[in-house]
Amino acid sequence: MAEITLKGLAHSYEKTPTHAADYAIRQMDHVWHQGGAYALLGPSGCGKSTLLNIISGLLEPSEGDVLFDGQRVNELPPEERNIAQVFQFPVIYDTMTVFDNLAFPLRNMNTPEHRVKPKVLEVADILDLTPLLKRKAKNLTADEKQKVSMGRGLVRDDVTAILFDEPLTVIDPQLKWKLRRKLKEIHERFNITMIYVTHDQLEASTFADKIAVMYEGQVVQFGTPRDLFERPAHTFVGYFIGSPGMNFLAVEYQGDQVMFGSQPLPVSALLKRAIASANASNIKLGIRPEFITISSQQTTESIPIEVASLQDLGTHSLLSFMLNGQPFKARLPEGHPPVGETAFAHFDNAHVALYIDEYRVEAEHE
Amino acid sequence: MNNKVPNNRAWLLVLPMLVLVAFSAIIPLMTVVNYSVQDVLGPNARFFTGTEWFESMLNDSALQAAFLRQISFSLIILAIQIPLGIGIALIMPKRGWQASAVLILITLPLLIPWNVVGSIWQIFTRGDIGLMGWGLRELGVDYNITRNAGDAWVTIVLMDVWHWTPLVAMLCYSGLRSIPEAYYQAARIDRASKWAVFRYIQLPKLTNVLVIAVLLRFMHSFMIYAEPFVLTGGGPGSATTFLSQSLTTMAVGQQDLGPSAAFSLIYFLVILLVSWVFYTTIMHMQKDKHPHGGA
Repeated sequence: MAEITLKGLAHSYEKTPTHAADYAIRQMDHVWHQGGAYALLGPSGCGKSTLLNIISGLLEPSEGDVLFDGQRVNELPPEERNIAQVFQFPVIYDTMTVFDNLAFPLRNMNTPEHRVKPKVLEVADILDLTPLLKRKAKNLTADEKQKVSMGRGLVRDDVTAILFDEPLTVIDPQLKWKLRRKLKEIHERFNITMIYVTHDQLEASTFADKIAVMYEGQVVQFGTPRDLFERPAHTFVGYFIGSPGMNFLAVEYQGDQVMFGSQPLPVSALLKRAIASANASNIKLGIRPEFITISSQQTTESIPIEVASLQDLGTHSLLSFMLNGQPFKARLPEGHPPVGETAFAHFDNAHVALYIDEYRVEAEHE
Repeated sequence: MNNKVPNNRAWLLVLPMLVLVAFSAIIPLMTVVNYSVQDVLGPNARFFTGTEWFESMLNDSALQAAFLRQISFSLIILAIQIPLGIGIALIMPKRGWQASAVLILITLPLLIPWNVVGSIWQIFTRGDIGLMGWGLRELGVDYNITRNAGDAWVTIVLMDVWHWTPLVAMLCYSGLRSIPEAYYQAARIDRASKWAVFRYIQLPKLTNVLVIAVLLRFMHSFMIYAEPFVLTGGGPGSATTFLSQSLTTMAVGQQDLGPSAAFSLIYFLVILLVSWVFYTTIMHMQKDKHPHGGA
């Protein structure tokens, strides 16, 4: 059983960090509940691997505490933390057979041999490694090796959490989904907390029940894949999740109108009130490409656009257009009538979100 | 369907390589082969002798003794230098200025020419002015490399260890540096002991550099010439006369071209054979015993 709590956690690789940019992880509080399947999603260099290494104990945080079930474990080395970690590149013990690889953690704990064998066989069975048990680990394929390194985490009875650091990077695309499903299966079978670091939103959303999106050393949103798509809490989440990401318009309130540069926007009255009363200079509206409709007829609700290009992606097409000198994307359903030179965009007001200082603000509550 | 077009002109591309190898290896080697089967008495007087020289060389008791000494020497220095080199590489600092400093310090013996190494040790071990010779005498040890064969052997081994262990250490150091950090991290999580980390991570990852180190050190030590020649001159008696010194005496000193050519070829084939057997064995050990799985 382990509930992993991060309390006021921050980490810097500098000896004397002076400003925010010196921190790989900025002050954060977070709880990973027992038995959850979590993903830690973010671009390269956002601090997700640092965070993972702090949880596993390979790195000691410079500020704040890591608690396992309420117990402070900051100083505990990884070998005393009851966690397992799977790395980006499969780590296997070359000269050993697959069996010996799986038995290695148990033998290191002086487990009697008659208890090692059934456990190894059980784990090998779950991971479909049984036919390979007598093979030398060195000669396996990348995905088999990665399964072996996963297996070493599963054989230990005391493991309460497994941390994955981009484990599918070196795996062939066709095998990725298979391994991901295997992970899911293992998660359902064992009551183990799993934290999965990735920069691939598809991987994160197929694996995890809840995703923590990291950006510049902070968790900017923690929610279900659906939350992240429908209600991104931060402009970065909007931009990072979805393909392509959310469109953002920096707007101003001028003379009873919401202006995007020189273009007045036909927004809902609710939103207009919220923007008018916002006491900030950084106001953005976000709309997903899925919720922009394009027509050749102008209505009171639509605005003229400058069409740039249309990409046919098979199941749908992607329209790139310019508005006020800024590129936008709109997703057109299959069979959409061709878009001419003059076209008009309509933003579905129910899906226009308001961001003040990069964070989402609910217009309803204003 | 086979779309490959047979075109024997491709062989022309190999020609430059062939010419180079011919001049660098094949032609010189063939000259030696030529001498080894003839008795050359003068420019116009030569007789074909067949395998006669080879037989007499193989039956020469002085050469057999030198051969045994040579083998013992190579085995002894390998047994010392390989573990010692690994040990040094393991305790060398991993980063920072200390790493560079130690690296330079350790490389110094490698930069000294063979003859000079011999001279340094010759002076070093002298009883009157050499630090080691004088020091040992002051301590009451009866140490004299020109009289005592045991002392001469110990000194030559010591000299070779001093001169060449750094090579092994450097090779191992580079091998250790190339092990990704994740291996050590995974080992910590798997609760591996220091010994287990060495046995199952570091040593296997060093296999390739160790194969190179063993081969280089074997070939080198099997050909050792200048250092013992300067230090002991092969003595006392013939206690430290190794193969190449015997060969030089025969070829240059006595101008016995036929026998020394036969001897050179045997010498060369022994090195080739030992290296090949060693390499093949190691490569074979890495293969899977059950290539089609256990099931």
